[in-house]
Amino acid sequence: MSDTVATAPIESRIAVPKQIDPKTGLPRPNFLQDGGKGLKSWLFTLDHKRIAVLYLITISVAFFLGGIFALLIRLELFEPGKQFFNAEQYNKLFTLHGAIMIFLFIIPSIPAILGNFVLPLQIGAKDVAFPRLNLASWYIYVFGSLFAIASIIISAADTGWTFYTPYSSSSSSTAVIPMTIGVFILGFSSIFTGLNFIVTVHKLRTPGMTWFKMPLMIWGLYATAIIQVLATPVLGITVLLLILERAFGIGIFDPAMGGDPVLYQHFFWFYSHPAVYIMILPGMGIISELITAFSRRKIFGYTFIAFSSMAIALVSFLVWGHHMFVSGQSEIAVMIFSFLTFMVAIPSAIKVFNWTVTLYKGSIVFSVPMLYALSFLFLFTIGGLTGLMIGTLSVDVHLHDTYFIVAHFHYVMVGGTVMALMGGLFYWWPKIWGRMYNRTWALVGWILTFVGFNMTFFTQFILGARGMPRRYWTYLDQYQPLHGFSSVGSFILGIGFLISAIVLFVAVHHGRPAGSNPWGALTLEWTQTTSPPVEHNFDGEAVYEHGPYDYDKVIPKVSI
Amino acid sequence: MAESATHPQYLQHHFADAVQQRESSKLGMWIFIVTEVLFFGGLFAAYAIYRAWNPEIFHNAHTALNWKLGAINTMVLITSSLTIALAIRSLQVDRPKPAQHYLWVTLLLAATFMVIKYFEYAHKFHLGELPGKYYTYTGIEGTNPHVFFSIYFVMTGLHGLHVLVGMGVIFWMILRTRRGEFGAQYYTPVEVTGLYWHLVDMIWIYLFPLLYLVG
Repeated sequence: MSDTVATAPIESRIAVPKQIDPKTGLPRPNFLQDGGKGLKSWLFTLDHKRIAVLYLITISVAFFLGGIFALLIRLELFEPGKQFFNAEQYNKLFTLHGAIMIFLFIIPSIPAILGNFVLPLQIGAKDVAFPRLNLASWYIYVFGSLFAIASIIISAADTGWTFYTPYSSSSSSTAVIPMTIGVFILGFSSIFTGLNFIVTVHKLRTPGMTWFKMPLMIWGLYATAIIQVLATPVLGITVLLLILERAFGIGIFDPAMGGDPVLYQHFFWFYSHPAVYIMILPGMGIISELITAFSRRKIFGYTFIAFSSMAIALVSFLVWGHHMFVSGQSEIAVMIFSFLTFMVAIPSAIKVFNWTVTLYKGSIVFSVPMLYALSFLFLFTIGGLTGLMIGTLSVDVHLHDTYFIVAHFHYVMVGGTVMALMGGLFYWWPKIWGRMYNRTWALVGWILTFVGFNMTFFTQFILGARGMPRRYWTYLDQYQPLHGFSSVGSFILGIGFLISAIVLFVAVHHGRPAGSNPWGALTLEWTQTTSPPVEHNFDGEAVYEHGPYDYDKVIPKVSI
Repeated sequence: MAESATHPQYLQHHFADAVQQRESSKLGMWIFIVTEVLFFGGLFAAYAIYRAWNPEIFHNAHTALNWKLGAINTMVLITSSLTIALAIRSLQVDRPKPAQHYLWVTLLLAATFMVIKYFEYAHKFHLGELPGKYYTYTGIEGTNPHVFFSIYFVMTGLHGLHVLVGMGVIFWMILRTRRGEFGAQYYTPVEVTGLYWHLVDMIWIYLFPLLYLVG
């Protein structure tokens, strides 16, 4: 880097704290204190940052609940035969684990928590376009979750999170309707969040921030929002028809009445395949931020990463049939879906290549968020490449409905999305609360998570390849060593998450003040406002001064 | 307050100016309309598939629907779309009083639609032309004629629900117009209500020929 491009440290626009609160050591004003005190000020808040915190709390509860079900599943599978649960109870356990993790946790997680907090800050807006709708979508989320929890209390559901007909509509005697009503309601929450984000990105960018000067996190959230808005209504009508079928026997999915159960699968995956990109795209956005901030290097291939997000969003709508290779589709349909599945892998690969090249010759800082980002690269690549294996027709016929599938989507969802979420939380935590966490314990949490995750799920690739079917409550003796190893790993993974959660929780009150820009990053939320930010985000209007990744032009001032 | 000239009451704090706020609201409603199209899109897909599989049932069963009532309802809804557009026009030229009257007429037409729909439904309930397992009518030939009525009731039922929601929103707009909130400066809520209402109208325009005028 030559001396001529290095300008003065960019401190000018960092909102100078008007005062430091002697009791907390945090700058004032800030949104945590000046939006009002007490429960009421939080439950009626219109501040996107406070709504993000509300989501953080409720989604954490959902994650905890889903995690408990996961551990109960692994306990049962420690050895063949009955350990703690019988077959009926086991069916409910994996259904609840799946439904809660998908609909209550992973779909809202990154957009609703980190997206809500970061999106307006990164584009220099004072709030999202529709703050009341934003709060409403949180209430809708809570309301929908209550239905899901009511289902657990009544008699749970045992259909799997996919609610396949005709079992879900005619045979199952469990509380399918409350669970699907919950899913229907949660869909509205997701739609409204997506709608809000699209309008915010279109209309509320600060002057100077053109589309290709936006941080890549915003591109990720924008692409996600498009899928949320286009796909979720189809899930809505699907589960509505399922509810009507179960409640009134309208016969649309019932073969005995002239209906078609495979039509349900088409409808369901028309939403649920794009939905896996609702889960991963915002995670990819986070990774773009982390990799560049901690390599101290301008991101490689900005436009490619931005466009690949949009490409994923569009192509994701054309691949749903690969979930149904053995459901009796025509051969030509199967071949087309297989081909398109390979197509959708290309933009994801483009991202991975660009992130890797960004690392090359960078000044890599092995901070906690960066370690999560590197874990993402490693694990997501495994998840993505095994996705190509099962997108291949002949291989899928062998591996369909085995543990190989389970391992594949856990590598993408946990190894990808959850790692990105953890990285994002550790990255923005000092911004949200104004305090830094204990690095040592955060590292312990990361190591346990990484090791535990691979122990749990890598074994499942092997189990699946050897023919272990998914969703079975017992198995042949020959699978025991791998199942036992996987169960041990799941508890290490659980402890890892627990330690990370404690580290973050403790930091909220007891961390040392973090300063406005502890990482020396260049996006607006770090350079132009305090930690925690002021109530309306910026002192006056945010000013676009340099690109989000111009590490080659400006030296960010690290303030601790 | 001195700033009230540049920052009028209707302008929310996080928007820079009224233009930004209006364009945001309109974009938001357009996106919502897209979600509605996809929501009904699932039903139209189901309709297409079952009609392709059971052409004779759809042909035989559609005679059970009264196309005259359907045609009247189509006219009623199209007229209501006109009156809500006239309400918006009145606000644009800063005449809230006629705007309020046009909104009342829109509400009345929507209610007319629902009343006619009620009589159609009541007639079918009476004959047992009902969806799925409640179907007891014997006058239609072919296997599984109830499939047609399942689709008919789900599609028109959801559409009717949208009409009811629209009536609620229109009534709210009447109240707000009465309170003097709207004029040439600010009428965005009425405008986006109009957008929504046109969508409800549009969906019916597709439903009418697909269900009432088969073959």
